[in-house]
Amino acid sequence: MSEFSSGFWDLYIALVTLVSIVACAVFLKSQSVRKVGAQSATTGHTWDEDLAEYNNPLPLWWSWMFYITIVFSLAYLVLYPGLGSWRGTLGWSQIGQLKEEQQQADKQFGPLYRKFAATEVEALLKSPEALAIGQKLFLNNCAQCHASDGAGSRGFPNLTAGAWQWGGDAKTIKATITDGRTGVMPPFGAALGEQDVKNVAQYVRSLSGLTADAIRVALGKEIYQKTCVACLGADGKGNPALGAPNLTDQNWLHGSAEPVIIETITKGRNSQMPAHKAVLDEAKIHLLTAYVLSLSK
Amino acid sequence: MKLDDAPALEERSLYEVREKIYPRAVRGWFAASRWALVWATQLVFYGGAWLTWNDRQAVLFDIARSKFYLFGLVFWPQDVIYLTVLLIISALALFLFTAVAGRLWCGYACPQTVYTEIFLWIERVIEGDRNARMRLDKGEISANKILRKSAKHGIWLLLSLWTGITFVGYFTPIRELVSSTPGAWETFWALFYGFATYGNAGWMREQVCKYMCPYARFQSAMFDKDTLVITYDRARGEPRGKGAGKGDCVDCGICVQVCPTGIDIRDGLQYECIGCAACIDGCDQVMERVGRPLKLIRYATTHAMEGKRTRILRPRVLVYSAILGAITVALAASLWLRVPLKVDVIRDRAAIAREVDGGLIENVYRLQLMNTTEQARAFDINVTGLPGILVWGENITGVPAAETRMVPVRVRVDAATAPGSHPIEFTVRALGVQGVEVREGAVFIVR
Repeated sequence: MSEFSSGFWDLYIALVTLVSIVACAVFLKSQSVRKVGAQSATTGHTWDEDLAEYNNPLPLWWSWMFYITIVFSLAYLVLYPGLGSWRGTLGWSQIGQLKEEQQQADKQFGPLYRKFAATEVEALLKSPEALAIGQKLFLNNCAQCHASDGAGSRGFPNLTAGAWQWGGDAKTIKATITDGRTGVMPPFGAALGEQDVKNVAQYVRSLSGLTADAIRVALGKEIYQKTCVACLGADGKGNPALGAPNLTDQNWLHGSAEPVIIETITKGRNSQMPAHKAVLDEAKIHLLTAYVLSLSK
Repeated sequence: MKLDDAPALEERSLYEVREKIYPRAVRGWFAASRWALVWATQLVFYGGAWLTWNDRQAVLFDIARSKFYLFGLVFWPQDVIYLTVLLIISALALFLFTAVAGRLWCGYACPQTVYTEIFLWIERVIEGDRNARMRLDKGEISANKILRKSAKHGIWLLLSLWTGITFVGYFTPIRELVSSTPGAWETFWALFYGFATYGNAGWMREQVCKYMCPYARFQSAMFDKDTLVITYDRARGEPRGKGAGKGDCVDCGICVQVCPTGIDIRDGLQYECIGCAACIDGCDQVMERVGRPLKLIRYATTHAMEGKRTRILRPRVLVYSAILGAITVALAASLWLRVPLKVDVIRDRAAIAREVDGGLIENVYRLQLMNTTEQARAFDINVTGLPGILVWGENITGVPAAETRMVPVRVRVDAATAPGSHPIEFTVRALGVQGVEVREGAVFIVR
């Protein structure tokens, strides 16, 4: 910005401001006296045939009010920023006011949050007050993806089912909220080919007891044990350390229909839970952890 | 025409020093009416703040918590319509009264008039009536003058301070205000309002009406020839003076001396006239003493003065009355039928529709329940509008007194429901209370 502003413009604006104020004072003074004919009590104009206006003088204090505004504006320009780059003797700034208000808010709400932050999550689960605050935080920060009831939608995990892709203890949930998560399912479409993808999909469906073609299940199982087992485990129960989901339960992040599973295997999935440490402080994340846990209890 | 060329020009200031007005005390029917209104309005104002209702201040405008309490009623920001209607009623009432009998509001009920009347009474008790006050002001500085002046200003200031505290007491509970150290803003507003009272009623007086008040000026637009205004009966009074061949006006000047705005009503209707009728009372006293008929100055219409028929019930009055009556009845009915529960339905936007166990389609809504009563209540949430539609899970929610709860609600329908969006309706009902029920529309989306 420095190319566009120089000390000259500060002075220019300050000068325009001051000259305007002085001009106002001079104008007021010059307009306070008017030469009129001694006989005429009206302004001399006539409207609508017979409407005339009395030229009554205003009360003297009225003109003082004008001068007081001029004194006020000069005092204001000394105390507050407004005259070019002059910062004002009071040192007021918008940032300063924001900080002051934040301190005020911290003074008001800080002790409550600190009290909750020092309480174990297990204890918070029994505190309706803590959960009520947690719900408000959830509705404002999480419900956009996980829905107002926490049950999520396609691609966004259901937090009410007790099925935790990354682990369901308080510490892990807290880490998930704080730092976020990146869930990656690599694409296997090219490596396996269409038929094998279909076979694996049938096997995956069979793991949770969904209807599946027995022959394809047998063929798919073979491929699964070679290709998928590393992340999802031999029994298909997943691995919370990698964020690999449990394939044997009824929770499907992206859907359980065959075409959806085929799409997942072919193209892979890339899921993102954003980190919230920049948005929410520790006490709030602590309260959210308790609320999220309460959803599946 | 150029002013400079005109002969006999005079340099005149556009401003003038105000000439102080010393209204003379007056007794009579209209003065008594004004005092009755002074008592009525001030008992309500000073006393109202101390009334208690439901263990709280009966009339309290709690701005910090955005709740206005008016006896049994609790108003929320959503109820601002009532304030709007109240202002419309006030404006229409002003129009109606002004059309019928001129500046009734100004003369009898306006706070400027009422406080000036109180301050004038204090002034009169301490400094005496008009002549004594004029003598005191003209006289040299003396112990008597200093004593009387400081006593007057002292009492004025105390009354003003009390007025300021009472005013703030409608926004911060007045018992807290007087029993503990008030906050910075409370102190500021109490002093500000107190100073305004002292300045306006003690010093500014008629200047507020003459130079500041916008209503004073536009009320004349509601006058017509059938409006009752304070009028001097010129035909009866002129030529003024004492002796044979003169009219009823003895030119005693009492009507000018009692006038709080310092005008001569015998010059006809003037914009300064606030319609206080002090000159009627003053003139009647004189007429009685000199044995002439009363009402030389009286409320009369221009038509009556011209010897024509006065029509009180003219279209203007009828229209004002009809609108005023209709809006007042509507407001009363609306307050009477007000359901002390407000419901907002917000549909979750990210998750359009989800399939759940048993082949059902689920939509999620947030219901904001505002319990506007001062008792905790439980509400039962139901939904209608589609075959087999139901609220899934817990559908009873408790809301504490005068609080708001945000409730996520799951609504399920059969998967066989046609794709697209369907209008549905939530019904929220208070448990155990008759008639507290709100219906609110929403949309259910299948796929």
